[in-house]
Amino acid sequence: MNKLIVSLSPHVHSGDSVEKNMYGVVIALVPALLCSLWFFGMGAAVVLLTSVCACVFFEWAIGRFILGRKELTVTDGSAVLTGLLLGFNLPSNLPVWIIIIGALVAIGVGKMTFGGLGQNPFNPALVGRVFLLISFPVAMTSWPESGSMGYSDAVTGATPLFIMSQAISNQDASLLAELPSALDMLIGRTGGSLGEVSALALMLGCCYMIWKKIITWHIPVSILCTVFVLAGLLHLVSPVYADPVSVVLSGGLMLGACFMATDYVTSPMTPGGQIIYGVAIGFLTVVIRAWGAYPEGMSFAILIMNAFVPLINTYCKPKLFGEVKK
Amino acid sequence: MKTFRIGGVHPAENKLSAAAPIREAALPKQAVFSMFQHIGAPAVPVVKKGDKVKVGTLLGEAGGFVSAPVYSSVSGTVSKVDVALDASDTRRMAVYVDVEGDEWEESIDRSTDLVKLSDRPDLDAKTIVEKVKQAGIVGMGGATFPTHVKLSPPPGQKAECVIINAVECEPYLTADHRLMMEKADEILVGIQLLMKAVGVEKGYVGIEMNKPDAITLMQKKAEKYPNIEIVPLKVKYPQGGEKQLIDAVIGRQVPAPPAIPINVGAVVQNVGTAFAVYEAVMKNKPLIARVITVTGKSVKQPSNLWARLGTPFRQLIDECGGLPEDTGKVIGGGPMMGKALISLDIPMTKGSSGLLIMNGQEARRGETRPCIRCAKCVSACPMGLEPFLLSALSSQHMWDGAEKNNITSCIECGSCAFTCPSHRPLLDMIRLGKTTVMGIIKTRAAENAAKK
Repeated sequence: MNKLIVSLSPHVHSGDSVEKNMYGVVIALVPALLCSLWFFGMGAAVVLLTSVCACVFFEWAIGRFILGRKELTVTDGSAVLTGLLLGFNLPSNLPVWIIIIGALVAIGVGKMTFGGLGQNPFNPALVGRVFLLISFPVAMTSWPESGSMGYSDAVTGATPLFIMSQAISNQDASLLAELPSALDMLIGRTGGSLGEVSALALMLGCCYMIWKKIITWHIPVSILCTVFVLAGLLHLVSPVYADPVSVVLSGGLMLGACFMATDYVTSPMTPGGQIIYGVAIGFLTVVIRAWGAYPEGMSFAILIMNAFVPLINTYCKPKLFGEVKK
Repeated sequence: MKTFRIGGVHPAENKLSAAAPIREAALPKQAVFSMFQHIGAPAVPVVKKGDKVKVGTLLGEAGGFVSAPVYSSVSGTVSKVDVALDASDTRRMAVYVDVEGDEWEESIDRSTDLVKLSDRPDLDAKTIVEKVKQAGIVGMGGATFPTHVKLSPPPGQKAECVIINAVECEPYLTADHRLMMEKADEILVGIQLLMKAVGVEKGYVGIEMNKPDAITLMQKKAEKYPNIEIVPLKVKYPQGGEKQLIDAVIGRQVPAPPAIPINVGAVVQNVGTAFAVYEAVMKNKPLIARVITVTGKSVKQPSNLWARLGTPFRQLIDECGGLPEDTGKVIGGGPMMGKALISLDIPMTKGSSGLLIMNGQEARRGETRPCIRCAKCVSACPMGLEPFLLSALSSQHMWDGAEKNNITSCIECGSCAFTCPSHRPLLDMIRLGKTTVMGIIKTRAAENAAKK
């Protein structure tokens, strides 16, 4: 008789896998990807391709030659995803060598230093982006205008966030008149990092992830609501602060709320913890945008809250079955 | 639609044998009766080699209060009293009987006439519990806890209702489903007996919505008994867990151990147990046979068999078309909580609800990946635990941390490992931690008692 396999229960599995989740997020990014190609053409293609290839290469090379791993993790989709998200956070005219440095920092420092998939405390794509923002501030903040299809010859212009920060620093509400319409910001007809411009495409992707149960609603909804409410209060206090709809639709907020803050590895484990995390990110983003040195605060807010995740996890335990209501 | 409040998963149901009527399995040539067919003290053999036994002859008497006697399900000669491999994959004391004919003890009523509670006005609670105890009835959902113990609440505790577990939330298994379809009247009388035994006026039968025919039939049959309510439940695993079922049916949550269901006024019994209670009390028949589902994707004829206890599993598989060529794993019970068997010569016991045969492909686990902290195990856990954390603490032998994080509340349902995208052996590690922590707690209690 053939030998019987013996193992402990459960003997069946849901069929879910790391790949399904990672590539699920990649699929959710497709609408925003198409928008970025539509609005930034060649530039978007060059930046994204460089970023993805470089991230996958560094993941492979570091795993193979430095960590000496026999089983390589390149195919699990997480490096592709980091590459895409890093690219989404860059201007479409960024020189290739800067992108490669960004990818090295994202994968090398952000992920592999800590042991690879699942071990990193900070969102790797944001580690890469913030490193570039601090190292190459000019290149990282000269955003091509929407519809500027070339790569090296892209026409740069003011982004909605730059206009908003100018209005605040000059205490002049009339500057806000230059803001693009809400509809333009929703669709993505505005300047900015190549993947963040179309709020609509990003929301579509977010709904897909919630529908496919890749993520839950807690993080994106708590971030967006917090930002909307706080920006609304500021707008009521003084008209130099832009209206909440523009604030929510502008900059990297939607990309951050839907795709960066929801990263499994670097976000809290319980719904309660996720709401605390989301509210804090929203709060920090509004504070940095209104009073910080940088016009955009989303990346910093997420990285700061990444650092708090272990504490949030320790504080926010799920409710134990049968626990007496307090 | 009612269901339990925390966590849960929905594995593919695969109820291949749901439409297969229960058929009687052939008598074995040799039957082997383990003295360990229940939780608690083992039964003590009262027969010796060469003794002649009939169907219903006592083979082993209860070894204590939390224990149950074992009866012969066949007639013949005791060939030896020796160790045998049992369904827990352990060699333990058993009685071997070589089968000759099919002669029954005369005290057993073998007729199929329905005896109603009103036909037996002489029955009181004490008599019923005593009968159940004598008949060797144990929880037939698979937990095999002696039924008479559950029917004897500790002093100061009062039962308010009996909840019948007809959920059968394990994929593949259909034994309880078929039993309801074919023995509904007897089951309802059994429920009344259980209610009378614990002195309550209210009985519930929890059935999941994937058995609409059983719900309809039971509702129709229960019209005569206004104090028995059939409760349809949303399909969700592990609804058949005792604590989950109580939460789903009456909305009360049993606190963490050492609390037990009676602390919230509930006595939970499996639907198969209710039938066994009917047969024991009304027909004087000890627990000698049960329904077992023999199933699997490659099994020629997935079936529900009415089989005598002590029959080797191999014979039951043969009755359903034989062991498939591609067999990889044979599981005693369902795929979520069942135990992989190391031999097909293991005999069936009181807790054998199913035999699931998986092919080699299905039987292998996926490759383990690093935890990606997706928290799917946290949302799946029906006890509100953090499986990823308990597993990590256990693998690092951090027993204090595991105890603080309530590892002893784990009911080992396997929802965490089922749902993990990284195929991590979460429950394996948690079991290790739970067993160790329970040992530590026991030792500590003993030391504290010694100090006093």
